[in-house]
Amino acid sequence: MANEADQIVNTEEAAVENEINAEAETTETAAETVIAENVETVAEETAETTEANTIDEAYEVENYAKEAYEHSSTLSEAQIKALSKKRISKGELKRQWVLLLISLIFVLYGLLFYYLPLGGWVMAFQNYKLKSGLLHSKFVGFDKFKFMFEFDVFEWGLETTGNIFSAMKIWIDKVVFVRAIRNTIGMGILNLATTFIMAIVFAILLNEVKNKLGKKLVQTISYLPHFLSWIIVCGIVHDSLSSTGIVNELLRFFHIVDDSYNFFAHPAWFWPIVAFSNVWKETGWNAIIYLAAITAIDPSLYEAAEIDGAGRWGKIRYITLPSIAPTIVILLVMNIGNLLNCGFEVQYLLGNGLVQDVSQTIDIYILNWGVGQMDYSLGTAAGIFKSIVAILLILIFNTVAKKMGQESLF
Amino acid sequence: MKIKKDDFALNYTNSHGGERLSDEELKTIKRLAHKNSRKMDGWGWAFVICNTIFLILFTIVTLYPVWNTVAYSFNDGLDAVRGGIYLWPRKFSLESYNKVLNIQGFMVGAKITVLRTLLGTLTSLIANALLAFIMSRKRFLFRSSLSLFWIITMYVNGGMIPVMLLFRYLHLTSSFWVYIVPGMVSAFNVMVLRTYMEDLPDELEESAQLDGAGYITIFIKIISPLCKPVYATIALFVAVWQWNSWFDAMLYNRMKTEYTTLQYELMKLLNSVMQTSGSANGNNNTSSAKQVTPVSVRSAATVVTMVPIICIYPFLQRYFVTGLTIGGVKG
Repeated sequence: MANEADQIVNTEEAAVENEINAEAETTETAAETVIAENVETVAEETAETTEANTIDEAYEVENYAKEAYEHSSTLSEAQIKALSKKRISKGELKRQWVLLLISLIFVLYGLLFYYLPLGGWVMAFQNYKLKSGLLHSKFVGFDKFKFMFEFDVFEWGLETTGNIFSAMKIWIDKVVFVRAIRNTIGMGILNLATTFIMAIVFAILLNEVKNKLGKKLVQTISYLPHFLSWIIVCGIVHDSLSSTGIVNELLRFFHIVDDSYNFFAHPAWFWPIVAFSNVWKETGWNAIIYLAAITAIDPSLYEAAEIDGAGRWGKIRYITLPSIAPTIVILLVMNIGNLLNCGFEVQYLLGNGLVQDVSQTIDIYILNWGVGQMDYSLGTAAGIFKSIVAILLILIFNTVAKKMGQESLF
Repeated sequence: MKIKKDDFALNYTNSHGGERLSDEELKTIKRLAHKNSRKMDGWGWAFVICNTIFLILFTIVTLYPVWNTVAYSFNDGLDAVRGGIYLWPRKFSLESYNKVLNIQGFMVGAKITVLRTLLGTLTSLIANALLAFIMSRKRFLFRSSLSLFWIITMYVNGGMIPVMLLFRYLHLTSSFWVYIVPGMVSAFNVMVLRTYMEDLPDELEESAQLDGAGYITIFIKIISPLCKPVYATIALFVAVWQWNSWFDAMLYNRMKTEYTTLQYELMKLLNSVMQTSGSANGNNNTSSAKQVTPVSVRSAATVVTMVPIICIYPFLQRYFVTGLTIGGVKG
């Protein structure tokens, strides 16, 4: 045990040394880039002016960079001291037993509630019966997935029409689960796009308001719907769109319709209603992060833009948007994983028999089959499909974000 | 890049071919440019007017439906069915509130909801803070593996059915504890707390250690008092989540009326209407409204359910703003 601890201490020491080296290197390169950049900018700017000026300024800048470099090297020396102090001693290891004990409890908790259910995925490949349990239920391979997707419908469509698109259409029309996938992805993308764009637009426009009190008031009101549950939001949306609701009152007032229009009886309206509910609930809340990012922008950037003659629009286009772009990308990547999750409560609460072809999502499918019909294997299979698609989406978008040189999650 | 200020100076010296500008002159140039960009030409005015109109509309769309619900809840039940109530009740009455408070399930739900919000927030805060404290100790040997273990839970989960069967196996279903125990640790909240704790100076811990303090003492006496703002943030997040949950009540405690929650009771009231409006004669909502829960009672139930949170949130604004910024940008 003691030996092991020693070894760990040793490796830790080596790691610290490595870190110090790496740090010294980075400061060096940083100083170098500072010099390079400065010289470059100076060279660019002074191309038209006299030579004497150039030399003077270049000299000045070089001095500045030298200073910065010296400063950074003293700093890293101080850091060396700080780092070497952090070496883990045997006494420290003894003191850590309490941390170890508590984290062990948390790991057990995590294993039980987060990792153990993953073992339940076996059910998807069984004909799971409560009586026989996980160990004695019969294995059926991919039967549940085959039942869910009904590939033969697709094949039949391909044979009869000979066109892959018409075959897809037939497949979606006939197979409930495939339709649920379409609805989930369709509504997910629509919700994501609308809430994202609205939050960014709202944050930018609110930032342009100069009246402090008005700004604060609008912002406070904009958070309100976030704190309401989906039940209340759906109730409110439903009441607003009902025959005596405000929307129909307005439509009648402007003589757009003579009799009130029933929005919930027309499938075409369902997706937009869901998207609107999401926008109504979350715009103000999602805008918080963008507003914080906008506040963090260096004011001298705006000053520079002003000197270059940029107006309001120019400043938004060339300063605000590029400055919050990293925030946008990272939030986008984070939310992509939730794409398949952002359609359950609203669809469940606002859906009805007339619009079920466009309202049923994967989660509702799981609820209907897994909980309602007690076909646990089928419910699990649908859940696995959802999880895998979600993880794939995150990985793909993370890679894309990395390739584009933007920030990424990992 | 610390040379921005000098950049301007250089820029202007060069383009004017003269000497370096003094700070005074530089200030004047900036002020003039600022004034110039703020100058209201036709487009500037158009922008301000459009922006104001947009934000006013946004506020109305956000606030009106909520206000309208309140107005309906204070109106006489029979009169409200006619519709046409906008900002103010037509025939004032408290009858609907009386009815709501007399619905059996509603009172039970209110009690359970308050209980789960208080207990759930407390346990969750303690658990998350403790875990974040451990993860933020820079010298802890298993720090990175512990973080990875919890980060994975953010992206991978077993899904509805295996989780439900597990809860059933653990006898968490048909019990109050299903609201408290499974959601106690949330990786997202832990990450927010951890980020905050990592930013605290290490010297605090070191000096306490020299005085012989163990990790538990450091957590309770040194770190926690400094984390009050972020604790408030997490407490708010968890409390709102607990207050607004309804799905767990429906899925795990459907048969147990003594563990029903406020939101689930409200859902039962509202759903009776929502499901009928899709029927073929949905246009005659007014006539069918009498058989289902009357609109004023539904509104009163909604108001009762949302008032506690609406009263609290404006005062906690600064907390959730900081929490979201830490979680969203750094997490």
